[in-house]
Amino acid sequence: MAVVALICLVSLFAPLLAPYAEAQVVGGSFEPWSATFWLGTDSIGRDMLSRMLYGGRNTLAVTLSATVLACILGCTLGLVTALAGGLTDLLTARLVDVIMALPQLILALLALTVFGTSTASLIAIIAVLDATRYYRIVRASAGNIVALDFIEAARLRGEGYVWIASSEVLPNIAGPLLAEVGARFSFIFLFVSSLSFLGLGIQPPLADWGGMARDSAALLAFGDITPLVPAGAIALLSISMNFIVDWLIDAQTGASS
Amino acid sequence: MQEFQRRNFHVSRHPVASLILRRIGLALVTLLAVSVVVFALVQALPSDAAEALLGQNATPQAVAHLRQELGLNEPVVARYFAWLARLLSGDLGRSLANGLPVSDLLRDRLANTLFLFLVSATASLPLALLLGLACATWRGSLFDRVCNIVAASLISSPQFLVAYLLIYLLSVSWGLFPSSADIRPGMATQDKFYVAFLPAVTLCVIVVAYMLRMTRAAILDVLGNDYIRMAILKGVKQRRVVVHHALPNAIAPIAIVVALLLAYLIVGVVIVETVFVYPGLGQLLVDAVGKRDIVVVQAVSMIFATAFITFNTLADIVSIICNPRLLYPRA
Amino acid sequence: MVSALPVLLAVTDLSIAANADGRMDPILQGIDLSLNTGEVLGIIGESGAGKSTLGLALMGYLARNCVVTAGSVAFEGTDLFKLAESRRRDLRGVRIAYVAQSAAASFNPCRRLIDQHIEAAVQHGLLEPQKARDEAAAIYGELGLPAELALRFPHQVSGGQLQRAMIAMAMSCRPDVIIFDEPTTALDVTTQIGVLSALRQVIRNHRLSGVYISHDLALVAQMSDRIVVLRHGRVVETADTATMLQAPKDDYTKSLWAVRALAKPQRTDTGLAPELLSIEALDAHYGAFQVLHNINFSLTKGQAMAIVGESGSGKSSLARALIGILSPTNGRVRFEGTVLPSSYKGRSADQLRRIQFIYQMADTALNPRHSVKTTIERPLKLFFKLPSAMREERIRSLMAAVELDERLLHRKTKSLSGGQKQRVAIARALAAEPSLLICDEVTSALDQIVAEEVLKLLLRLQSEMLLSILFITHDLSAAKAVSDRIMVMQKGKIVEVGEAQQVLTSPTETYTRELIASIPQLRVGWLDEKISAARAKRQAI
Repeated sequence: MAVVALICLVSLFAPLLAPYAEAQVVGGSFEPWSATFWLGTDSIGRDMLSRMLYGGRNTLAVTLSATVLACILGCTLGLVTALAGGLTDLLTARLVDVIMALPQLILALLALTVFGTSTASLIAIIAVLDATRYYRIVRASAGNIVALDFIEAARLRGEGYVWIASSEVLPNIAGPLLAEVGARFSFIFLFVSSLSFLGLGIQPPLADWGGMARDSAALLAFGDITPLVPAGAIALLSISMNFIVDWLIDAQTGASS
Repeated sequence: MQEFQRRNFHVSRHPVASLILRRIGLALVTLLAVSVVVFALVQALPSDAAEALLGQNATPQAVAHLRQELGLNEPVVARYFAWLARLLSGDLGRSLANGLPVSDLLRDRLANTLFLFLVSATASLPLALLLGLACATWRGSLFDRVCNIVAASLISSPQFLVAYLLIYLLSVSWGLFPSSADIRPGMATQDKFYVAFLPAVTLCVIVVAYMLRMTRAAILDVLGNDYIRMAILKGVKQRRVVVHHALPNAIAPIAIVVALLLAYLIVGVVIVETVFVYPGLGQLLVDAVGKRDIVVVQAVSMIFATAFITFNTLADIVSIICNPRLLYPRA
Repeated sequence: MVSALPVLLAVTDLSIAANADGRMDPILQGIDLSLNTGEVLGIIGESGAGKSTLGLALMGYLARNCVVTAGSVAFEGTDLFKLAESRRRDLRGVRIAYVAQSAAASFNPCRRLIDQHIEAAVQHGLLEPQKARDEAAAIYGELGLPAELALRFPHQVSGGQLQRAMIAMAMSCRPDVIIFDEPTTALDVTTQIGVLSALRQVIRNHRLSGVYISHDLALVAQMSDRIVVLRHGRVVETADTATMLQAPKDDYTKSLWAVRALAKPQRTDTGLAPELLSIEALDAHYGAFQVLHNINFSLTKGQAMAIVGESGSGKSSLARALIGILSPTNGRVRFEGTVLPSSYKGRSADQLRRIQFIYQMADTALNPRHSVKTTIERPLKLFFKLPSAMREERIRSLMAAVELDERLLHRKTKSLSGGQKQRVAIARALAAEPSLLICDEVTSALDQIVAEEVLKLLLRLQSEMLLSILFITHDLSAAKAVSDRIMVMQKGKIVEVGEAQQVLTSPTETYTRELIASIPQLRVGWLDEKISAARAKRQAI
């Protein structure tokens, strides 16, 4: 929890904290760790520490936008199809089956080839792909709720769709959904970092941890652990996020039993 | 139930046979749908595909040539079927980047990736199943908790961190294995193993972490059933409870876990190959995406998709065969 | 008499607690009981009384999160919880066997019955596999099961047969004691009586000792020599069956007895009131399967009619057809003189309002995230559009009508007990001011005493508000308690309709007679009479 909060805060105030600008060339190529450059410099002489701070900010921003977008998209689709049933439901389910019949990474790479690697298309592609997971979760849990007697009772009262979706179904799936948002956030964060690592995510000159890990990889062969810093930071954030999710799930099962 | 039987009466004599046929049919339909998606994405290029791909320096001749190459002058449906027909006959087109036939580009790389895939799958499969079984059996023990925390941390770490750590330890510090996998055609098998060791270990570590957790959950799920308690109350030994009562019921969920493992390996290959500069399909795919070489991307995606769908279908078939309700229908 | 027999199982001051996130919840507290050789001990209690935990403890078995906090369970003098696991294993299945409530869940779905049957005897080295199979055939015969049934997989065998097969399996090592945990609860009454008779004869023939656990007093009274009453994890009363039936001492035990006495007073004005509902030639299908065949009946205003049937009789399908969830394939429903549209979607708000439905499971019939107030208020808002002050007042009077404490008003429904939930559901239905109330097994998920209170409530509401009620149930005694008329259904058809008293005392149809005869009666010797009657009948043929 503290780790996540710290990383978020640092990312938020990156421009204030960073000693140098994001893309400013301030030293030689691959300078070692020193008092001037705490984490050394990268392949073209930019300050690693400053890029670490900005990189977290960039990756988190992309992750957050993609998560929110995916959640809204997936939840709406899931709720609507669960309540509507029939052909709409069937067709959506089949379409999602096809999308999910492929590894997400492969589809993302395919889409990135077509739509290019701009930040906007990156966010949109990830959001659309990830919305399928939200759709599955929401469709399944809403499907369980919709089968319950109190929904039938509401229908027999002559309630409209909006009331049933917002007052009868949504409060009952909010808990698992929240945990899912956390888990997906962590996944998307890893996913964006991996894409950037492959050089297909966040594009230079913008900094990001995945790209930095790749850029400085050569140092590893000389026993310099600098590449482990951005890679480790990714792991740290993702692991802490997962702990929060586990804690959320525990709190829920504890409350319900 | 009665309705179900009546409806299927003409399909097949045995419900299992018909279910398996149906599952295979579904897989083929899915694959076809995937091919439509892969094809449609290319058609969805914002402006004219040919110009977009060639960039601003495109000469009119080059554009015309590319249009011809991509078949952009014909109607969409005709193009799709022409593409599909060529795909099925093994003609995967020519790379936009260097003009080589895609099938030539693929040949060696497919073999390399298969090699890496097979090595890591054979190593990780038994290891993951055993560890998962052990964790489930000694649930709540120190061993279980350590395994769980390590696995959870590995799953939440980027794969390249695992790769970097292994490089740092095994290659840089101890100098045991090379950090880049320079595989050449005609290399001796033991050399291949030597060069591919680090990428394979990286894949194993990640995949075992995933599988261990899922195997553990699947077995615990089975162990929670009433019939397991009944076996204990009959005075059956614990080993026998696990082997004779739990395992037969856990085959289906484990088959699904295995399919997921193989599917996961497919994805893992992309990143691990990039880290170790391993000349396989994954690296080819990443390069092609970088160059926006859509023909190569299409071909490699279709290969990955086919593998992925095949594994999932196989897992479903195993679970159909292992379900006594389907295998021995009510008289 | 008791002291003359050697004690086989002795439970002394046993306390068991469940570990819930580091907090210890007591399940059993200071239990003392003993089982003598050749005796059947009945354990009776409602849900949550700790019956099953006690039954498993008698086998030296604890659920994962449970611990023994005090006391002991001694089998022939040795404490089961102090034995090494291997020694306990030697006793289980061999000397002490177990019969669980759900045979469907307790047989391994992947293995044939015979393999599971002989497993204990073969594994403990008592019998060679072939010998064990021969013995299995003999026990199957004794329990009235065809021997070839043993070659099947569990899912290929019906519920009643599977339950017998589990009893047979418990017999495979000729144990001294068998623990029966609600062995017939999952069965229909007409199936139950067969299993009970078989069980009784096996116990007699093999001079078995047993512990019979059930929530159903009448069953325990048939099966056991002595009865222990369990409540909230403590023993409330122990006595011989006859003494317990004639002169229960504890108030709780007395209240258990009283439940059976409930009966609706006879009405004299039936037939004079105008007709409210009439069903004409109704057929309904689930897919190609016909669930209702040519249903015809009518109901007058203010009348209470029970629809009685076993599982699969079509009684719930009929209810679903009436409320418009299941569209009939033929026939029509006439309500207050007009023909109702077959689907609820086609009905007007007023038509929806006038027929209210109460579900079996109050747990799922109420939105767990809504408060009691929101739940009852919704129909008031929807149907009457009352100003909020009047709504508030109406909610309070409805809560009073269903005897709910006003302090529960703002509680979420998920935090209520089963009985309270069912009352909220009734209040919600009454809020719509219906003229017909359809109750689908509304008491079957409740404990006996709570169920009785709900029945009394319905009875009172019906006479006060002149409601018409369709009361769907599998339980003839509940039907007797609330209805003027009874309709018996079987396999989607009406078997018999008539005045409640007449149907219950002089039924005209064979099936109704069988149904009534199968209901266990609360007196010693009822089951024995049934067994000898059946034997006499067989000999006569």
